[in-house]
Order: sequence, then C-alpha cells, then structure tokens
Amino acid sequence: MSEARAATGDAATDDAAFRAEARAWLRAHVPRHLPPMGSPEGFAAHVAWERALFDAGWAVPAWPARYGGRDATIAQWLIFEEEYYAAGGPPHVTQNGVSLLAPALFELGTDEQKDRLLRPMAAAEVLWAQGWSEPGAGSDLAAVRSTATRVDGGWRLHGQKTWSTRASFCHAMHGLFRTDPDAPRHKGLTYFLVPLDAPGVRVSGFRRLDGDLDFAEVFLDDVFVPDRDVVGAVGGGWKVAMATTGSERGMILRSPGRFLAAAQRLVELYRRARATASPLDRAAVARAWMDAQAYQHYTWQQAGKLAAGQSVAAESSVAKLAWSELDVAICDAALGVLGPRAELVEGAPDAVDDGAWIKAYQFALAGPIYAGTNEIQLNVVAERLLGLPRE
Amino acid sequence: MRVPPPAPPAPTDEQLALRDTARALLSRECPPARVRAAWDEPAEAAAAPPAWVALARAGVVGMTAPERFGGGGLDAPDWALVMEEAGRAALPGPLLETTAVAIPLLAALGGDALCDRWLGGAAAGRAVLAVGLGGAPYVADAARAHLLVLEHAGEVHAVERAAVTLTAQPSVDGARRLARVAWQPSAATCLADGPRAAAQLAAAFDRGALAAAAQLVGVARHLIEATVDYAKVRTQFGRAIGSFQAVKHHLARAHVAIELAWPCVWRAAHAVAGAGADRAIAVSLAKARASAAALGAARAALQCHGAIGYSFEHDLHLWMKRAWTLAAAWGDAAWHTERVAALILDPTSQGPAHA
Repeated sequence: MSEARAATGDAATDDAAFRAEARAWLRAHVPRHLPPMGSPEGFAAHVAWERALFDAGWAVPAWPARYGGRDATIAQWLIFEEEYYAAGGPPHVTQNGVSLLAPALFELGTDEQKDRLLRPMAAAEVLWAQGWSEPGAGSDLAAVRSTATRVDGGWRLHGQKTWSTRASFCHAMHGLFRTDPDAPRHKGLTYFLVPLDAPGVRVSGFRRLDGDLDFAEVFLDDVFVPDRDVVGAVGGGWKVAMATTGSERGMILRSPGRFLAAAQRLVELYRRARATASPLDRAAVARAWMDAQAYQHYTWQQAGKLAAGQSVAAESSVAKLAWSELDVAICDAALGVLGPRAELVEGAPDAVDDGAWIKAYQFALAGPIYAGTNEIQLNVVAERLLGLPRE
Repeated sequence: MRVPPPAPPAPTDEQLALRDTARALLSRECPPARVRAAWDEPAEAAAAPPAWVALARAGVVGMTAPERFGGGGLDAPDWALVMEEAGRAALPGPLLETTAVAIPLLAALGGDALCDRWLGGAAAGRAVLAVGLGGAPYVADAARAHLLVLEHAGEVHAVERAAVTLTAQPSVDGARRLARVAWQPSAATCLADGPRAAAQLAAAFDRGALAAAAQLVGVARHLIEATVDYAKVRTQFGRAIGSFQAVKHHLARAHVAIELAWPCVWRAAHAVAGAGADRAIAVSLAKARASAAALGAARAALQCHGAIGYSFEHDLHLWMKRAWTLAAAWGDAAWHTERVAALILDPTSQGPAHA
C-alpha cells in the first residue's frame, strides 16, 4: 500500500475528499440486492458488480495503479471500507484472490507473476479459490498430504483439497502441496497456482450450514502446473502461506467497516422492534454496538502502526479473535431482538429484513473456525505476543 | 449520514517521555512492598500518599494545572498514559482525583483567590485534593486530603478538610481508603451552580471515568505480565504450566481484551481533550471495556497462579483488588453500557455517535 497520497498534502483534507468521492460513487452504484454468491446466477451477478467496481477504480483502492488500484493509503482504504458497507455493498466475490493470494504475491511473487495475475484478479476476470485444507489437514495445516512431483518444465499434482470456498465457480486455485516428503513437515511444502479447468482436476461442490452451494472439494489427479506458477521458493510454501494468513486473519480480510455497518443495522432493528424487546436484548444490542466501535478503534491504531512502518504480524490474531466474536455478538443480539421471528428465513412472509439476520448468524458462526480457528489464534497470541512456551 | 471520527494520532514523543518518567519513578518509589505498606496505615492517617512528593517534583501531580500555578497545562492524552502507569504500579492515593478531576475543576470554576491558594500547592505536592461527585456515596482518600471538591444538588463546592466529618468505610482494597463525608454546604463553599456547574461536573465525571479506565488498563497489563512470568517458571507434570493450552487461552483472551480496551481509552482521551459531542460515548466505551478487561485479567491471573495467588502473602491480590474496586468506581461496565444504550437507542437520542 502506498503512502504517496498522504505525503503530497494535508492527509486529513485528502482523506475527507477521498471519503466524499467514494461515498458519492457508491451511493449511485451499489446494487440493491444480489442473489447469494453460492449459485451460478448469484455468482455471475457478483462478478458483474465487481467488474463495475474495478472499472470505476474502486475494486482494490489500496493497490498500486499499475495493477488497477489507486494508491490509496491504509487510512483511505479503511475509509473506503466504511463507506462501502455503509452504502450496503455486498461481500467481494474476488475476496479469496484479492485478500488471500495477492498479499503473498506482493510479498513473495515475481514481477512476472504480479504483472500477469494481479490485474485480472482484481477485475474479476480470473476468480480464485483457496486450496489449503484437506480432509486430514485443518488446524494442523502442515499435515498437508497432497503432493507435487517435479517433471520437465513443471510439476505434477496429486491429492484432494476441501472446504474450498466457491471453487465450483472459480477459474483457479492457490494452495499448498508437499514437494519433499522427506523434509521436516513445514519445510517440504511449496505454494502452487492451479487452473481449475486443467486436465485431471475435478471440482465437486457441496452445501454449507445455510444451504448455499459455497463449499467444494477439489480432486487433483496428475495435474500439470508449469514452473512459472510456483509462488516463492520450492520448499518455501509455508512462508507464502504465512504471508497470506497475516492478512487473512487481520484487517485485510475484515476491516471494521463491515461490522460498523452491521452494528448500525442492529441499532435500527432494535428501534423498530423495541416494543417487544426485553431490557436484556437492549443491553446486548448496546454491547455489540460498542464491540464494533472498539474493533474500529483497535484497527485504526494498528493501521497507524502499519503506516509508521511497524510490523503487526502476530497482532492479526488479536484482530481475528475480535472480529469473529464481534460478528457473532451482533447476530446474537439481533436474533434476541427478533424473538420468535428470528428463525424465519428468506421468503417467509413475516421474515424481518427478508431473513437477513438468521442468514448472517449462520455466516458469522464460520468466523471462529475459518482463517485459523480461534483456538489456534489464542495459541499464536500466547506464544508470539505473550512469549509463553510452545506445547 | 454518519461520519466516523478521525482516528486519534499516535502518542507523541513528549507524551511517551512523560509516561516513561512516570514508570521509572513509580517502579522506584512505589514497589509492591510500598503498596502493601499502604494497607497497614490507619484509615485516618493524613500522611502523604506513596510517591506523592516525588510525583509532584516530576511535574506529574500538577500536570493538569495551568502553568501560572506551576502546573504543566497538559490535557487528557498526556495524563492518560501516566494514569496507565499508576495502575501498573497499583499506586495508592488520589492521583486520579487530584490530577484528572479536581485540579481542572478548580481551575475552571475557582476564583483567583481559591486558585492562588490551592492550585500551586496541589501542583507542588503540598495539598492533596479529593472529590465526591454525583452519585458516588464515598470519597477516596478524604482523610489525607486538604481540600475536598464536592457536588451537592448540582452545585460544586470546595470544602476544607477541617470542615467535614468522615466515617471510614474500609474497602476490600486496603490501599484504597474510602469515607462517607458529612458536611454543610453554604454560599461560602459554593463555586458554581446552574448550567455552568452542570457542564463542568459532567466534564469532571468523564475525566474521572477516563482516568479510571486508563488505570484499569495498567492494572490489567501488570496482572497478565506477572502471570505470564509465573506461568513460564512454574512446572507441573514436568513442564512449564504456560505451555498448556488451557493456561495459554486464559491469558491470551485477557490480552485480547486489554488490546481492544486501550485504543478505546486513547480515543476517549482525545474526545475529552477535544470536548466533542461524542465525549460521553467515547468515555463510556473506554470505561466499560477497561473495566471488563481488568476484571477478566484478574480472574485469569488468579486462576493461572492457582493456590499461591489465593494467598494474602502473595502480591497478586494487591492488583486484583484494585481491578475490582476501580472497575466499580466511576461507573461500572453495566452503568456505562446503559449510558451508551440511552444515547444510541432511545427515541430522544440523535442516533449513534458521530451522527
């Protein structure tokens, strides 16, 4: 992310102008309602929206202009996120590329890879899925067993990936494969980019908790990947994955804007439903709203450290614990306010907000599990921030 | 539409230098043995609180007083970091009341004669100030105060120690000395009434709550640091107990709560200094989060110490009890959450902060 804009003039003035520009555009363009991403028509609708964002220069504002961004500062990116979600913007269908692969490419990719991959990723021309988890490798990610074997000009991949979000609809996958079965388990991994239409790839979608077809298994049987699609060093896959998780857990994936907007909707829900809400519901609403404010203040503090050139690597685990529990708390409070109507889903005649809260609750429950379970994050906080000994 | 507040700037070099001065001074002048000794002083003793003279000489006690009275003329972001250090040291005595609450209140409402008489002395460490605001039933450190700043029916009064009658109310935190104060308000003691008093009392209360929040973060940080140190050396089953996930997770959760509380305190410090419309919400967020973080840290610290932490001879309880008492003082988490709820949820409210 570039600090160039802040250096050219008064940062506060720049930021206010940036906010005004973002707000005006978003208000005019954010779509009212898109079908869920986990369906062919929903996915297509989200891709169309993401392309409109990209064409207007708002898909990846903090990226360098040469890759389709506008060199926004970290502060401006946080401002954009606030405005995006306050305007009702949907989640980003490009997320598993932009938020998960791109940070690793920026840190460890070659110039050729950045030039070839970043712009189509941001423009939603190439949609990326993540290939990390396997049936036997979840929290213990280094237990990955899918393999890559060196051949002339590249590698042959074998194995099975799972929990791969929207892989059924994506064009390519990035993930970890074992290239040296004899090396210590963290050292024998390499990071690959795999086209999902390559011979030998089979993608099988399955439904998640809310019924959406958002998950997929990816089976790889002798899939060829050329050398140019190795990210980082051969045997350096763990380092690439860690470059990604720093951003995945932290604010790159979960800026406070989304939660501030959700907390604001919660306040509005309470005001509509206050006649039937209990004092305990009222307290839960206030607490969840305060949690969102606290996360905002924390994130801005971390952004200030980043802008000052400090590293916030392990602190991303603090952020992940905070936003994932905050998200559940917001939905819990909303369901409490809704009482007997909380269970009504989209399409039910009496569903409040078309069942958005029970849908959001089911999505929020994934937060403490994905991107490294919260138990793993607590270990990271204890070992890397508090200095407690490894188990 | 809602416009979020500007993020507060990072602490300046001067603010950090003042914090470091306070930390070094307190580790020298207020070690745990000095905190423990404060428990044994009689409730009515009028001796200066621990480290008080040294803090005054370093400019800490008078940092909020106007410069013409020998003060530093400093504001909330400057003293919030110092209050965190006071909490980290479990400093007994009314630094919060004197520096964060009473001195600015006297400077704002007191006449020339009163300010001449008390502010210089307070900044020099000769005069200790105590406060009793609003619904607080007890006054901390009233016995060793020279002047009490008291609220009565929306008025602000300044009453000398000799003119009040104290009934000691021993606290579970033996270094914290509370009293019920009986006194006669009069025209002679009244500094202000009406809207002028109301505005200053509201600001004074928010300064007190902010200072308590900052101290609670310091208390909580000490509790977790001390417990991490212990968990690294205490062995059971042949291993350091800090290697067990059950222990790690207690401490990590407490750490996360502290990490989320401090930016709220820092944001509130700037809201207090800027006197913006969002001051009440910012302060209540800070106090609610800091109270919860400190109480959580106290539970985690005791649980991870095990039986040794339950011993009166161990120092842990000096901080744990400070967490309990400060969490309840100046509005507990429930009180501040309700204040936020009233501001953001009730029909007459203008909507969430920064509207």
